[in-house]
Amino acid sequence: MTHDLGGVGLGPYLTVSAILLVLGVFGIFLNRKNIIIILMSMELILLSANLNFVAFSSALGDLSGQVFTLFVLTIAAAEAAIGLAIVTVFFRNRGSIQVEDVTMMKG
Amino acid sequence: MTALVFYVFATILVLSATMVISARNPVHSVLFLILGFFNAAGLFLLAGAEFLAMLLIIVYVGAVAVLFLFVVMMLDIRVSEAREGLQRYAPFGAAVGAVLFAELILAFGHWRIAPAIDAVPHLGQAAGETNTAALGDLIYTHYVLLFQACGLVLLVAMIGAIVLTLRERPTGRRQDIERQHARTVADTLELRRLPLGRSVRELGGFARPTSYSEAAAKGSYDPHAPVLSDESRGE
Repeated sequence: MTHDLGGVGLGPYLTVSAILLVLGVFGIFLNRKNIIIILMSMELILLSANLNFVAFSSALGDLSGQVFTLFVLTIAAAEAAIGLAIVTVFFRNRGSIQVEDVTMMKG
Repeated sequence: MTALVFYVFATILVLSATMVISARNPVHSVLFLILGFFNAAGLFLLAGAEFLAMLLIIVYVGAVAVLFLFVVMMLDIRVSEAREGLQRYAPFGAAVGAVLFAELILAFGHWRIAPAIDAVPHLGQAAGETNTAALGDLIYTHYVLLFQACGLVLLVAMIGAIVLTLRERPTGRRQDIERQHARTVADTLELRRLPLGRSVRELGGFARPTSYSEAAAKGSYDPHAPVLSDESRGE
């Protein structure tokens, strides 16, 4: 059963998703000092992917897109947990979470 | 009417995403991220994905975003220096973002759904079925292996986070099974024969170790070691 996406069609959904993706990528470049905001930008990017999956799933009447959204949510949660753990350990060792300070593996 | 609701949700989502990447205070960023997730859940609802909308609110707002909030508040980040270097990277980021956005707009202008897609069997939602029941039917039958793999991913993430953040404290007292097995009765129990009317104290007391530093295994406990606090580690 195809869904009419709230009467607005597929285009606006894809546009919102594209804007979210671009904002996420821009956020990664903009916040080079704060790794936590970079992680949040990655969450935005994954959210835009989810929005695309859900919009196409509804437009095509195929639930596989929603199942994959579920999997993307799982991966995003795991990534956030691991990323924040790494940030916590890094802050404990170095007292800073700036990207420029991550030079310990530089020879 | 639903179109109006869509545009309200979409506008607030885009604005809050903008604030996430541009707020000066990381706590504000997380709060705007939460607002954005709520509005994305609204968009999911409009698209008919009720279960995912609830999942987004419960899992994302309830767990992940609050985890972000905990970490932001736990780490003592100086807000002023966190915004330095903004001008240095902003043009480059804007250029990359503009190129990406232009490419996406080009792609959106020239796509169509393949006409043969209707020939493919769709894993759809039956007419009287709720979205949650339909997703459950699909996850536990067609995608059961992927579902199990997701569980494994979460398990590995949980173990990884614990392993990364677990800290060995030098003053910790833990069970040493070899040492427990090597103990004999003579190490632990001392029998004294007391004459009538005399106390143990008058006979010199028990030959017990007086403090933990004497009783502990060799090299495992240093009573003079400074207790490391988070403040002294951070510097």
